[in-house]
Amino acid sequence: MIPPESDSISRRAWIGTTAGLAAGILVHHQVDAQVSDGSSSPGGPEPTSLGRLPSELGSRAPREQPRRRVYRNAHSGGSGTPLQDLHGIITPADLHFERHHGGVPDIDPDTYSLTIHGLVRRPTTFSLADLKRFPARSRICFLECSGNGNGTYRTEGVRRETTVQSADGLFSTSEWTGVPLSTLFREVGVDSGATWFLAEGADAAHLARSIPVEKAWDDAMIVYAQNGEAIRPEQGYPARLLLPGWEGNANVKWIRRIELSDAPFMTREETSKYTDPLQDGTARQFSFVMDAKSVITFPSYPYVLPEPGWWEVSGLAWSGRGRITGVEVSSDGGASWHDAELEEPVLPKCATRFRALWNWTGEPAVLMSRARDETGYVQPTLARLVEARGAGSSYHANQIRAWSVEPDGRVFFGDGK
Amino acid sequence: MRRRREGGPGVLAAVLVVAACTGSGREGETPRFGFGREPSPELLAAMDIDVRPDGKGLPEGSGTVARGREVFALHCVACHGPTGTEGPFDRLVGRDPREGFPFGEKAEYLGTRTVGNYWPYATTLFDYIRRAMPQTAPGSLGADDTYAVIAYILHLNEIVPEDAVLDARSLPDIEMPARDRFVPDDRAGGQDVR
Repeated sequence: MIPPESDSISRRAWIGTTAGLAAGILVHHQVDAQVSDGSSSPGGPEPTSLGRLPSELGSRAPREQPRRRVYRNAHSGGSGTPLQDLHGIITPADLHFERHHGGVPDIDPDTYSLTIHGLVRRPTTFSLADLKRFPARSRICFLECSGNGNGTYRTEGVRRETTVQSADGLFSTSEWTGVPLSTLFREVGVDSGATWFLAEGADAAHLARSIPVEKAWDDAMIVYAQNGEAIRPEQGYPARLLLPGWEGNANVKWIRRIELSDAPFMTREETSKYTDPLQDGTARQFSFVMDAKSVITFPSYPYVLPEPGWWEVSGLAWSGRGRITGVEVSSDGGASWHDAELEEPVLPKCATRFRALWNWTGEPAVLMSRARDETGYVQPTLARLVEARGAGSSYHANQIRAWSVEPDGRVFFGDGK
Repeated sequence: MRRRREGGPGVLAAVLVVAACTGSGREGETPRFGFGREPSPELLAAMDIDVRPDGKGLPEGSGTVARGREVFALHCVACHGPTGTEGPFDRLVGRDPREGFPFGEKAEYLGTRTVGNYWPYATTLFDYIRRAMPQTAPGSLGADDTYAVIAYILHLNEIVPEDAVLDARSLPDIEMPARDRFVPDDRAGGQDVR
């Protein structure tokens, strides 16, 4: 029952019969480690009268106040998911990250429509009711902005006081419901010569991306629901394109038009913006897939571990190419690695929760996680990525992250080199 | 809200038919649900605002550098600066470095990408300006002024001469300095880190 090493990380299964006990202790400690809001009475006042009566809408417990971190750039905007405050894999819809280039439009669902035209036999305009009438599908998958974490793609100058939310909060996971795009493409009769389609939003900027037709036949969807309710306005209400595993920008929100074509359209987003300049003097284009990545969400800044002992290191791993097949965790800055437990469900192109028990001795430690996916891809170090791409590339920054634990229990963002 | 499963057996049968067609190729005449309506030509004309590199989608009209200077002063300088270099938002003008394409080498180069040194197609300017600019009134410029402001931006980038007149025929022919820099994504998972 006592681990062989004093400072060890081990797979949850390894601890076997003590797991229940350890888990109990961990729950207690994690509550202690939450950043306190300063209020003093632990249990609150004893109820002296009838509690609250039912209401038409629920509310969060007043002492649980996860918040998105809002980026205000005036001409565009976004917000990041508080990954350090969340459990499991699902992101509550109101905490899903957002990123948009022309604000959030207010669209009347009764007048909304999606038009599909171009290289099709039957150009068709679908109302929202039409879309909902098609056979529906639900799937759980992640969405990640391709710029997520780009502030960490450098060897120095990253603030230690960086939360997982500010570093990697442009990542969320939802259950999405809608109609497969392949169903709509069969309905309109896509020509055999069509190789790309333009997806265009009804936002003020009419954001547009060219998408290979193969993605539609594979797993693209037009979705109108998120985690059981209608999509939120900032997620594309009343309907958006969903491209599982592909960079967020291409998952066009408020989608109003799809045009089938025999060539890409070379919009501003896919030429001047979401491209990846490489050190060989080229720029990678149409780099849709989000490669395997993981982040430790606990412990992370600004948590303070109150004492040495057993702690559960926990985080999220995902790959745009399929399932996560393993996550390794290190407590010594990458000198040694141990398999973490992957918690079911382990779904393709979806966040997977990983957990590893760690017996912290109180010595300085550097916690890191390293994901691998079903293609055999292993999440690389920053040095490896910079070697492959160059220091000027910043999208798709999926390198290993690190958290430094100091003897007083404070946890700081560290580089993963 | 309507009851979506009304007439369940029929819908179920249709699902089975569609599912059965999945493996039989996309070209065959598959059964249809028949939902939706044919868009009117007017609706399509109003919505179809995209422009491709071959010029497909460009409207009639034309614009000069001189007119573009006026359009730029009215609608663009507040965000892009008097000469397209000052910001506060995206820098539009600049050819440096004249040789090479070093943007992958250093993080500091991120803010130095411009129309002149990074944009591969001139047609993208028309597509983007018509759909999204000026930010306070997207799509309000009209074809002539859009051609004109593009002519001015390209002139500031030393890509077209001061007497240039742009239209649906000349815009696709403009060869942008970064035209040949873009390569398809070569990442494919597996052992390679790219």
